Amino acid sequence: MADSGSEDIAVIGNTDLTPSESENNLKNTMVEKGTSLLKKMEISVAEAEKRTGKNAVNMQETYTVYLIETRPVDAASEETNPVPDSLWRRYSEFELLRNYLLVTYPFAVVPPLPEKRAEFVWHKLSADNMDPDFVERRRVGLENFLLRVASHPALSSDKIFYLFLTEENGWKETVFETGFQAKADSRLKALNATFRVKNPDKRFVEMKHYGDELQSVISQLLRVRARAADRLYGVYKVHGNYGRVFSEWSAIEKEMGDGLQSAGHHMDAYAASVDDILEEEEHYADQLKEYLFYSDALRTVCRKHELTQYELEMAVQDLTSKKQQREELATGTIRTFSLKGMTSKLFGQETPEQREAKLKMLETQIEEGEELVKERNSECDEFVKSAWVDIERFKEQKDHDLRESLISYAIMQISMCKKGIQVWNNAKECFNKM
Amino acid sequence: MLRLLSQQLRLNERDLHDTSTTQTDGSSFNASMQTSPASMINQYKFEEEEEDADTKDIFVTVDNPESHVTAIETYITYRVETKTTRSEFDSSEFEVRRRYQDFLWLKGRLEEAHPTLIVHPLPEKFVMKGMVERFNEDFIETRRRALHKFLNKIAEHPIFSSSEDFKIFLTAGSGELTSHKKQGPGFLSRMGETVKAVAAAVRGVRNRPQEFTDMQEYAEAFSQKISSLDKVTQRIVREQKEYLEELKECGPTYALWSQSEQELAEPLKNVAGCVDNCCKETEEQVKHLNDHLIPVLHEYVLCADTLKAVLRRRDNIQADFEGKTEALATKKADRDAMRDELDKAEDRLEWANNALKTDWTRWQKVMRTDLRSAFIDTAERNVSYYEKCLAVWESFLQSQRTDAEGNGNVDSS
Repeated sequence: MADSGSEDIAVIGNTDLTPSESENNLKNTMVEKGTSLLKKMEISVAEAEKRTGKNAVNMQETYTVYLIETRPVDAASEETNPVPDSLWRRYSEFELLRNYLLVTYPFAVVPPLPEKRAEFVWHKLSADNMDPDFVERRRVGLENFLLRVASHPALSSDKIFYLFLTEENGWKETVFETGFQAKADSRLKALNATFRVKNPDKRFVEMKHYGDELQSVISQLLRVRARAADRLYGVYKVHGNYGRVFSEWSAIEKEMGDGLQSAGHHMDAYAASVDDILEEEEHYADQLKEYLFYSDALRTVCRKHELTQYELEMAVQDLTSKKQQREELATGTIRTFSLKGMTSKLFGQETPEQREAKLKMLETQIEEGEELVKERNSECDEFVKSAWVDIERFKEQKDHDLRESLISYAIMQISMCKKGIQVWNNAKECFNKM
Repeated sequence: MLRLLSQQLRLNERDLHDTSTTQTDGSSFNASMQTSPASMINQYKFEEEEEDADTKDIFVTVDNPESHVTAIETYITYRVETKTTRSEFDSSEFEVRRRYQDFLWLKGRLEEAHPTLIVHPLPEKFVMKGMVERFNEDFIETRRRALHKFLNKIAEHPIFSSSEDFKIFLTAGSGELTSHKKQGPGFLSRMGETVKAVAAAVRGVRNRPQEFTDMQEYAEAFSQKISSLDKVTQRIVREQKEYLEELKECGPTYALWSQSEQELAEPLKNVAGCVDNCCKETEEQVKHLNDHLIPVLHEYVLCADTLKAVLRRRDNIQADFEGKTEALATKKADRDAMRDELDKAEDRLEWANNALKTDWTRWQKVMRTDLRSAFIDTAERNVSYYEKCLAVWESFLQSQRTDAEGNGNVDSS
């Protein structure tokens, strides 16, 4: 359902999915075409470039921009090589897009952006945002983000998203015109406030705990993996010293010289091979990182549920107390302590006219309150329904993706072992000739 | 022909023992060494020396370390077992217990008798700094292995294996050994030798033949290279151990994760198991490196020192000869006695040079064989390590593929 972007009220979104349609969406694994934008359009983040310019406070700054290329799917099959449409975006614009989506689709588990700063680094990787390896991995992460949004059942049809991909100029203004910023600020405040909810949906409570556990365990895994990678690097590189010493030693030997020399070359190759191995492992780490950040999005949705539930409970509480006040006023009995009651006792009863006026006001308030409760109730229900659909979709996606990641990790290990076998067999051949 | 040679040498050693009991003068100790087989030693050739398993007629084992406590000290003895078909041995099997001191004694005797032959090194006397104390299990095992190698190298050496001292070492009861030890050249004669050596060293050698200078350069360079290899290998072991420490935390983390998951629980547990298996393999691989490659490299570091010592001793013998030549040219008195001494010094030098050259070639062959097989062994072990890890991960892939086929790609099951 397209969001025209000009309305202030948050559209809950695709709440009328039939069960079979939900199932259909569930079957669509991420980054595959379904009822999504990807059916019509190919999207990629093709390049990254450094730019310098003046920032908001008129100071020189260097930043990186990323080239987004889009191409209609049909055109690609008809012509040999149609030139794609393209525009440049920087990271902060991606952030703006994501914040907009978060506010506009509160029920959705919004795909995360790649990390702003390099974390979980091991010694070889620089923590510098300008480092080419970091920029490259970020490019991949940004492309992944766009593809995920483009294949999300609700998010993919958003107009602002479409404009992000197609309109370079004036996009920022368009986003701000939606007025999402105001909503964002109040929402943020509400989300960060502490409140106690009496009757949250148990599934959401469990999901929040799961989100906490997922974040904790993936963080730990990333840390441990980075340390192990660091050590593995050391092991491989020290073997390079064998290369050097074998070479020097071969110079003083007659029969052993050739064998030693060639064995030394294989030791050098062994030492060098670790760079590729660890580069590949970084991709695996990036896949884990995506789900680390996803866990945050998951928890946000659960928190939003708590917020809507809380607002409902507050409205109910308010209505109940108003009804009670009306009853007391109507029957003249004061069941609960109230300042009004005390003052009326002290300063005398109200006149019948005053009471009449008060009752009338209360009636109106109760009427409004009942409307509010009804509204909030349906809001809550809608939210729970659509959020749970997206959470189920997310679960399927996560299970599929992470299983694929584990498989790709195993494939990496296998490749590393095969390289090791080859190198040491070659070295053995050389040693045989010593 | 070798047997004849070695028999002659043994005869010589017996002379040594006999004369040393009656003479305290160091020079006559020298004299008996130089009389007979100088010419035969000059023909010391290696053609006959094919030391394959078929011709090996003596097998020595060092094992079974035991601790002994006395009022004065605690020490370790090792069981030394010998099986042989050699006729000069009274029986075909011997079992004795020896302590490190006894090995040191044997080495010293062989070096004294053959100053320019290369004796395989013994493990170090003292514990290296930073290591645990002497009676630590690993230290004892490492030392035992090195002592075993030492005796086998002696047994494989054409000259040393026929040494009387070697035979006594292998066969004598402890009382017999003690009294035999006492029969060696007395303190004074040993002092005499040391004084001569120092004097010769001080004098320095004037005309060292190029081939020995080449050998010296080689020994220097070899020493550096083998020390580097030793250090590099030790560093690899250290890095591997640190890698292992980190890797050991990965498996449990995957296992912890699996507890929060449903669909993913099985593959995560599986991965945890794989990582743990790889840890075990890494542990074994490190141990192998430690137990096999490092001791061999270390032995050859010590060998390099032996080479330098042997070359120095040869230089001293030459310096002694040169000194005596000079003395003959300059002094007028006692010319006959001096000429006699000069001849002996010349013989001694020729003998030393030839022995050294032959043994040098022999040593190079042995070194090449030892190091080659140590490196081949290491390479094979590394291949095996990677093969085992490969199997671990391939079985994981296999399990995931059969799962996918069984359940279909989407359904939760």
